[in-house]
Amino acid sequence: MTVPDVHRTIDAVWRIESPRLIAGLARMVRDVGLAEELAQDALLTALEQWPQSGIPDNPGAWLMATAKHRAIDALRRQKLLQCKHEELGREYAAAQEDAMPDLDAALDDDVGDDLLRLVFAACHPVLTTEARAALTLRLLGGLTTEEIARAFLVAEPTIAQRIVRAKRTLSEKKVAIEVPRGAELAERLSSVLEVIYLIFNEGYTATAGDDWMRPGLCEDALRLGRVLAELMPQEPEVHGLVALMEIQASRSRARVGPTGEPILLLDQNRARWDHLLIQRGLAALKRAEQLPGSERSPYTLQAALAACHARARTAAETDWVHMSALYTTLVQLTRSPVVELNRAVAVSMAFGPAAGLELVDALQGEPLLQHYHLLPSVRGDFLAKLGRIEEACQEFERAASLTRNVREQKFLLERVRVLKSDEISSP
Amino acid sequence: MRFMILIKADKDSEAGVMPSEQLLTDMGKYNEELVKAGIMLAGEGLHPSSKGARVKFADGKRTTSDGPFAETKELICGFWIWQVKSKEEAIEWVKRCPNPLNGDSEIEIRQIFEMEDFGAEFTPELREQENRLREQTEELAKQKS
Repeated sequence: MTVPDVHRTIDAVWRIESPRLIAGLARMVRDVGLAEELAQDALLTALEQWPQSGIPDNPGAWLMATAKHRAIDALRRQKLLQCKHEELGREYAAAQEDAMPDLDAALDDDVGDDLLRLVFAACHPVLTTEARAALTLRLLGGLTTEEIARAFLVAEPTIAQRIVRAKRTLSEKKVAIEVPRGAELAERLSSVLEVIYLIFNEGYTATAGDDWMRPGLCEDALRLGRVLAELMPQEPEVHGLVALMEIQASRSRARVGPTGEPILLLDQNRARWDHLLIQRGLAALKRAEQLPGSERSPYTLQAALAACHARARTAAETDWVHMSALYTTLVQLTRSPVVELNRAVAVSMAFGPAAGLELVDALQGEPLLQHYHLLPSVRGDFLAKLGRIEEACQEFERAASLTRNVREQKFLLERVRVLKSDEISSP
Repeated sequence: MRFMILIKADKDSEAGVMPSEQLLTDMGKYNEELVKAGIMLAGEGLHPSSKGARVKFADGKRTTSDGPFAETKELICGFWIWQVKSKEEAIEWVKRCPNPLNGDSEIEIRQIFEMEDFGAEFTPELREQENRLREQTEELAKQKS
């Protein structure tokens, strides 16, 4: 093997091993930042030694053993220098007595629990959302700083800084590396899911850059979601989020046209949807729906909505009546006017534009939607279908003035043009 | 990126010999690891080729022949679809797999085509280039009129 080959293999080993390595070390040293440094040290040692010595038969175990020795050194330093953490000292003493069987056990047992604790630490609310996303990708996705920087189109030093600061904050605020219990669990879990979905969405509808999709980030988020689903199989929200991401990702190929223009869901070529991901999404949704509490779980409801599209072989087959009912529940849960606007669209598809218009009219005074171009755009659509052309044109023009997306502006003004010319030509 | 991981058949698998209980246990554990790591998208074992068939396309005709097929080495007896970051990662995972057959065996790793693999017209650079060209042409048209 050439040196670059060895390096690529080490990268791969690192991606596979680093999350549980860091998670196990974090349990030993009770500090996420230190655990990550120790794991990085082991990686550096591998990079130095493996090109000469060859890659060990069990590279994961090699990294574990190396990192563990570093951890013991670190514990010794802590013990000697600070003598503060008595418990750690005892652990160190016990470890020294007989070839460190306890530390072996510490690294090998309950890998899942360790990982879960690390997830909750990396997504702790003391950190900003951006920091949580970077730290999660770094610690649990096994991504390098460079990869994270490239994914978010941010300079590498910025991401490095963000990660360093996040680790420092976790230490300074003495964030316990543990899985929260009881009422706190729900709140903290939603913070974790928010981070994963944010990573997914950054990939799915990229807010920056030339491409409006970065599939790599979607894959990273999906992988994190799938890992979490195995760690917390009893949480409907986790399966709900995985289902939602799988089904959304299934449309990636179909939602961009040949010149990079977005293609709306109902216009997409469904043959280009990824049916493997759809099947996975529907299976995850089923898992979510079998668990208690799923009927009041926003991600599960959103996944159920996405599934209505996924199950329909053609746009005309979409079960809008079922979708209207799901949106009604989702509105009750989220109280979001944007969701209510979506409900209006589903209702209009199911029961006609007049029923939709009634719901949209009730939203007119909503302060959150004052500058939201989709409100007049949707209202205009209903009015056009009802034959109220003049009012429809006014709404589309208003919508065009509210959006900054040039493509969307063009689309809206084109509708106005077509409506007006139809009106003139028809008797 | 996605890979299809192909397990090559051998005489036993072609004869329909079931894997040992030990192998089934080890394989079960391994599959569990793949799921926990979030990389496994799909995976199935295949019946011997005696239960399969082939359709040949030649001279504008389609001819069907039933299994079994002689060239055991070219047959497969199972597959996975994985989502990983690199070919090396796929290789590392395959190295951790228990030997899938009772005797010597081979596993092949093949990359699955993705959207990015198709057509350079998807790259933003070319799109940009095209837009520039269009602008220039429009500019020229204006000057002429």
